[in-house]
Amino acid sequence: MNRRKLEENFFKFLMALSLGLVFLALAGIILIVLIKGLSSLSWSMIFETPKGGYYLGGEGGIANAIVGSLYLVAGATVLALIISLPVALALQKEYLGKRFADITRLVLDILWGTPSIVYGAFGFVVMVWLGLRASLLGGIIVLTLLMIPIMTRAMDEAVRLVPYELKEMAYAMGTTRFETTLAVVLRQAFPGVCTGVILAVGRGIGDAASILFTAGYTDEIPRSLFDPVASLPLAVFFQSGTPVPEVQARAFTAALILLVIVLVINIVARLLGWRFSKNIVR
Amino acid sequence: MKRRFKDIVAFASGRLFLIFVNALALLIFCGLLLKAAPILQTVSLTDLLFSSVWHPMKHQFGLFPFIVSTLAVTLLAMLMAIPVCLFASIYLAEYASRRFREVSRLIIDILAGIPSVIYGLCGILVIVPFVAVVGEYLGVSTTGYSLLAGGLVLAVMVIPFIIAISVEVLRMIPGPFRESALALGATKWETVKYVVLKKAAKGLVAAVVLGFARAFGETMAVLMVVGNVAQAPSSIFDPAYPLPALIANNYGEVMSIPLYDAALMSAALILMTVVALFSLTAHYALSRLGDHND
Amino acid sequence: MSRIEINELCVSFGRNPVLKNISLSIPDRQIICIIGPSGCGKTTLLKSLNRLLDLNEDVSITGDVRVDGQSIYQSRLDVTALRKKVGFLPQRPYPLPMSIYDNVAFGPRIHGLDGLNALSGGKAGSPAAGAKTSRKDKDRLVEHYLTLAGLWDEVKDRLSEPAAKLSIGQQQRLALARVLSIEPEVILADEATSALDPISARLVENQFRLLKKDYTIILVTHILRQARRLGDYIVFLYMGDLVEHKPAAEFFGDPSDEKTKAYVNGDIS
Repeated sequence: MNRRKLEENFFKFLMALSLGLVFLALAGIILIVLIKGLSSLSWSMIFETPKGGYYLGGEGGIANAIVGSLYLVAGATVLALIISLPVALALQKEYLGKRFADITRLVLDILWGTPSIVYGAFGFVVMVWLGLRASLLGGIIVLTLLMIPIMTRAMDEAVRLVPYELKEMAYAMGTTRFETTLAVVLRQAFPGVCTGVILAVGRGIGDAASILFTAGYTDEIPRSLFDPVASLPLAVFFQSGTPVPEVQARAFTAALILLVIVLVINIVARLLGWRFSKNIVR
Repeated sequence: MKRRFKDIVAFASGRLFLIFVNALALLIFCGLLLKAAPILQTVSLTDLLFSSVWHPMKHQFGLFPFIVSTLAVTLLAMLMAIPVCLFASIYLAEYASRRFREVSRLIIDILAGIPSVIYGLCGILVIVPFVAVVGEYLGVSTTGYSLLAGGLVLAVMVIPFIIAISVEVLRMIPGPFRESALALGATKWETVKYVVLKKAAKGLVAAVVLGFARAFGETMAVLMVVGNVAQAPSSIFDPAYPLPALIANNYGEVMSIPLYDAALMSAALILMTVVALFSLTAHYALSRLGDHND
Repeated sequence: MSRIEINELCVSFGRNPVLKNISLSIPDRQIICIIGPSGCGKTTLLKSLNRLLDLNEDVSITGDVRVDGQSIYQSRLDVTALRKKVGFLPQRPYPLPMSIYDNVAFGPRIHGLDGLNALSGGKAGSPAAGAKTSRKDKDRLVEHYLTLAGLWDEVKDRLSEPAAKLSIGQQQRLALARVLSIEPEVILADEATSALDPISARLVENQFRLLKKDYTIILVTHILRQARRLGDYIVFLYMGDLVEHKPAAEFFGDPSDEKTKAYVNGDIS
């Protein structure tokens, strides 16, 4: 009897320890970034572009990266949404046989798992082929590709959760598939669709490997789609490796801003899921 | 009539996008293959995969050190991550109250969503010095930028990812299976050990495999702490140079050297193929998890 | 003397009351049938007797259940010992993910039972932990319980096969053998025949009749005829209330409550 209790308690201890480690990791990351980032946070850091080169100079801030990241992600989100939403809706069984749908989901899962450096390399190949330099447009295209599988799969899950009975009611009133999709499915799946978009934005804004050679990096804020563009993750990457303290400070601030954006995005996505799910027919 | 027409247009455009998405995977694969192919005209496949000589200027492209580095850093990370993931997900799925589970879920999702450069930054600030200290203590000369540092950072990164899937897998096992052991007077741990883990084994393996695939292709965080020296590491305190880091570090300047881009493309191709194979197996196992007849 | 005493037991899930103020003493060594329309709380009452309700997250329980005079809802109680004493046969069998043999040997192994009591013909005794059970003893134990459950002849040549390969009727008798293997004193059965074909159901019923001389069997059923066939004592629940409980002959012959009459006559179901 005693031995059984002992065994139970021993493993419970291991479990608590493991979970503690996980929570500790999160707390540690947030704390490090907060401490390092807050100490170098200032108005000029946020609103000024770097003076005298992002890798060397002391003065200035990371406005180029903040604005650049927003441009990149905004463009990519719109493009990805235009592609993902129709795909998620077209995966409904009214439109598509089970076989094709299953294959598509599998393909999407594989695309989701594909390392972002591979997207980066592929994007670069395409850009060379199109004669594009590293630019805002290139970055947007690659980020779009990266975000499509995330968005589509999340939306697909939301669409699949719409009860068939609900659609049946609409069909019973003589609606076409398209009308049912617009009137019932989209409305019912709306929170899930939003969550999908937000999650994809969270992934897209933090990804560095894919835009490493497709978006480039610059001290300026881009004026056209064909200018190279800076971004927050690359600001962290390029500027953390220098011995110059002012430049390192920029990396820490960029990390702080990036972390805050990603945290807010993630929390909003969950809250949205919980909040909206209350108004929805189950 | 107009309504019919709209429906048909919607159907057609949906199909179009659908085909695009499916084609995308093929396009990426073929694009990489096409770009990688020229290397095989100069270097044999065995040399490419198993030669340790990496001199792009002399047209010697042996990917072996990089492949070994990738495998080593990934396996090291998995070795550290698996026990933590297993115990943490058992706790969350079997012992925790619903409230605690939901809060933990949120925390784990947040952890999984943190960009890899931030993991890398924290790695530089904490883990690299830590490894250097440990190395010094053990009498090994190391800068801290090493296989071990890469493995540690990577472990922290994949842990939330694996836990999230494992908890889902464990929660999918119907309650009555637990009841049948508990009703016999088994303790909770005995129920987990003899029933739940056995039922969930396939799914848990799939979760680990997905984690492995995720770690295998991870670029930035590892690149920032692993040292990047082109030789196969002989101890965990040695620097390593995984495939993704190779691509990321060199792709900018490949155009001047012939075949260099083809060599890097073949590295990308290896990454994509391995990751795709692993995810395929895992998803196949996970999709069959619903039936509990075995 | 009754083994199980239920005292002002109230159970609710969230804000949903499922059992309202149940007081009942359950007689020994008989088949007690708990009947009532679906959703009246039969299964909940049954699961409250070995604390399987604990697995539900939002359950709240007040009142008291005593087994052998000991309150089972006190916090220091050893739940595993309680569940060993009060066995449970679920509605569907859900075999443990192991071989047929191990399904039966699992209970004795975790409880450290050598089964000598059972084999020497004595009824459930104190768990004799300690001495390691030899393989031969274990074989005899498995055979003994499979025979008791009426399954031995069908499975004796395939003991090492996974239990999931058995038919559902066989699985349910395996579940019965599994329950018996922990030497319980009370067996709770939750509509244990409802998922079975008529022949398997009859087999399980027959086992119950044989077992009742040694065990108290509490059987939840929604089949009135099954209660008539098997029950020595009937407990009738309606929407969470305990309406009436008395020996079967009295219950069916002379129901006193209007609801009981209506239910027995088939006017409500």
